Amino acid sequence: MDFNDTVEEAEFRAEARAFLEQHLEPKGAKPLRQRVSGEEFMARAKDWQAKKAAARFAQITWPREMGGRGGTSMQNVIWGQEESKFDAPTGPFTIGLGMCIPTVIAFGSDEHKKRYVEKALTGEEIWCQLFSEPAAGSDVAGLKTRAVKDGDDWVINGQKVWTSGAHYSDYGILLVRTDPKAPKHKGLTMFIVDMKQQGVEARPIHQASGGREFNEVYFTDVRIPDSDRLGEVGQGWKVAIVTLMNERLAVGGSPGPDWSEIMDYAKQAGTISDSAFRDKLADWYVAAQGYKLTKLRTQTALSKGQTPGPENSIGKIITANQLQDICNSAIEMQDHYGLMTDADTMPADALFQQSFMWAPGLRIAGGTDEILKNIIAERVLGLPQDVRVDKTVPFDELKQG
Amino acid sequence: MNFDFSDDQKFLGNEARKFLEAECTTQHVREVLNDDDVSHHAGVWNKVVEMGWLGTTIPEAHGGLGLGSLELCVLAEEMGRALAPVPFASTVYFFAEGLMLAGSEGQKGAILPGVASGDVIGCYAVSEGPGHPDPAKLSTSFDGSVLNGTKVPVTDGDVATHAIVLAKEGSGASLVLVDLREAGVSRKPVKTLEPTRSHAELVFSNAPAERLGGVGDGASLHEAIMNRAAILLAFEQLGGATRCLEMATDYAKERYAFGRPIGGNQAIKHKLADMYVKNEVARSNCYYGAWALSTDAAELPEAAAASRLAASEAYWYASKENIQTHGGMGFTWEVDCHLFYRRAKLLAVQAGAPKIWKEKLVHALETKNAA
Repeated sequence: MDFNDTVEEAEFRAEARAFLEQHLEPKGAKPLRQRVSGEEFMARAKDWQAKKAAARFAQITWPREMGGRGGTSMQNVIWGQEESKFDAPTGPFTIGLGMCIPTVIAFGSDEHKKRYVEKALTGEEIWCQLFSEPAAGSDVAGLKTRAVKDGDDWVINGQKVWTSGAHYSDYGILLVRTDPKAPKHKGLTMFIVDMKQQGVEARPIHQASGGREFNEVYFTDVRIPDSDRLGEVGQGWKVAIVTLMNERLAVGGSPGPDWSEIMDYAKQAGTISDSAFRDKLADWYVAAQGYKLTKLRTQTALSKGQTPGPENSIGKIITANQLQDICNSAIEMQDHYGLMTDADTMPADALFQQSFMWAPGLRIAGGTDEILKNIIAERVLGLPQDVRVDKTVPFDELKQG
Repeated sequence: MNFDFSDDQKFLGNEARKFLEAECTTQHVREVLNDDDVSHHAGVWNKVVEMGWLGTTIPEAHGGLGLGSLELCVLAEEMGRALAPVPFASTVYFFAEGLMLAGSEGQKGAILPGVASGDVIGCYAVSEGPGHPDPAKLSTSFDGSVLNGTKVPVTDGDVATHAIVLAKEGSGASLVLVDLREAGVSRKPVKTLEPTRSHAELVFSNAPAERLGGVGDGASLHEAIMNRAAILLAFEQLGGATRCLEMATDYAKERYAFGRPIGGNQAIKHKLADMYVKNEVARSNCYYGAWALSTDAAELPEAAAASRLAASEAYWYASKENIQTHGGMGFTWEVDCHLFYRRAKLLAVQAGAPKIWKEKLVHALETKNAA
């Protein structure tokens, strides 16, 4: 048991670090609130992705013939650790490279791979994932967006929701219903969709937090050639499972203030000696350490060639709830004053207030607390699945809310 | 980086589990539970002695196996899982570890071989009344040669041959070593929530004793012993909590109500998922504690506190919700759930209840943060 790099790991870390130092500023060099405009940020992000790809730091574990480094899982972990210390604009590519492109590689034709993989890797093209719908969230297989065959094309009509980056994406992977007469899991098919074409309209969602970071996407008579299908007709659920398995690997850390930030704040505010606060602080630290150290156990398993399983689901249950609890405590510590949200005057640049409004979304996004607990119960502990009254019923005969 | 036990250490754990599953079943535990006159299971104890586990971390020169703390952590998890009704924790985590930490070479040479061979059973006597004792306000006192005062409860105090006692000396506190078979020591068993581990009241009246470490070193040595023992106890707690989750999961799969297994209901599924999350948080914190213990890392104080807090919480939750999952059956004497519920509470308060560890943890974080 040790936390030291092996000689090879240390060499790789030094190489990664040198590359990062050459191109980026360390985190915290600029105040967090100095947000740049959308276009300026995207230009920086594309530039950084291109540089990474050229130096084969873009997808460490991908084979070299696909533009990856052909590196180990541990190198991937090391790269992630080092890159996270810098102000690296990686956000726009996470979903594409972490979820969409692995799906294209697994189910696409040679033409697809030639056409899409490199351009995604170099940041030239950005991808989004179009699964969730207004009536299909946790039960995503209940989606209604229809694809109807017309000659060599499919014609798409319907609505997707909570699509990150839809407005700036070039392509997406789209899960639709091709057979409403089949039971819900059996009538789905996956496609590659050109997001810039006629009939695709992304509209920002006005979130409860006040921001507009996510989109709903409307499809009106959008045509997709049958050649852009991923997997067989009716096998879309199987394809989606592969995408979502990759999601578990792609989901990163926890945004927002943690135990150390609220401890710093409590010191400034003079409330650090409050014993009820100290009790909570200890609980937050223990849970946060538990999550952090569980990731290290997972990474150790990865480095030994084992595949991390659904036990990773514990991460978001811990972090999302903790974020909400920490922000709530910080606001209550500020008493009536804590209602105010002006980042220029509020303690910690009003980060506690901002994250307080963001936390409810985090508990839902990428699997609600309840769904994640079901996953642990069913796939880790082997408990029976929930009763599924809809499993064998044709989709168009199902009861709808 | 390699944040896991080695293959050899895992092998040791597996072998220990097999051994205890054969030699230390809950029937053995119940033999102690059901007889007020029995302090521990002599048969199990003799087998543990034969395995050499008491000397796991004792140097070979003193008759031990000379293994490291990581091996002891692995064994602790299995002892906790098996609810071993023997004075292992008192003798090894507190007494032998305390002696190795604070004792002179002469004291170690005189006592440790006896621990390794099973002739010495140790205990650690701190508590004097409700609340965790403040080393600055002890009533038990040592004058340099004899000890006076009362310690209660002392885990395994009725069967131990030796005790390490935290006592007032002058204006401070010292740790002292007492042979409990000598004159001036009287002891009587006390009843507790956890009858499978015996407890006693120890009364010292001019009992001959010798100091461990220097005059007034008691508070800091006590702190160091607690930090190390906390991690080992946390592994016992982890073993117990893991077993509770297995029991609850198995029962939820086989118990039918309303025409299907109760484990198909989300109220049960989510309860057991919560248990799993707490157990994983405990396991990861315990592994970090094991690392800190084995390397004597600067992070030991916060790693010890986090291990202990995470494991105390996990075992508390797992042991109480294991009963709940078993329903009425879980509240019977015959079903094993209450054995874990009892042991969970002993382990959570034996070396300071969670409240004091939370304070220790935050204090360590503040100190670190200020540095």
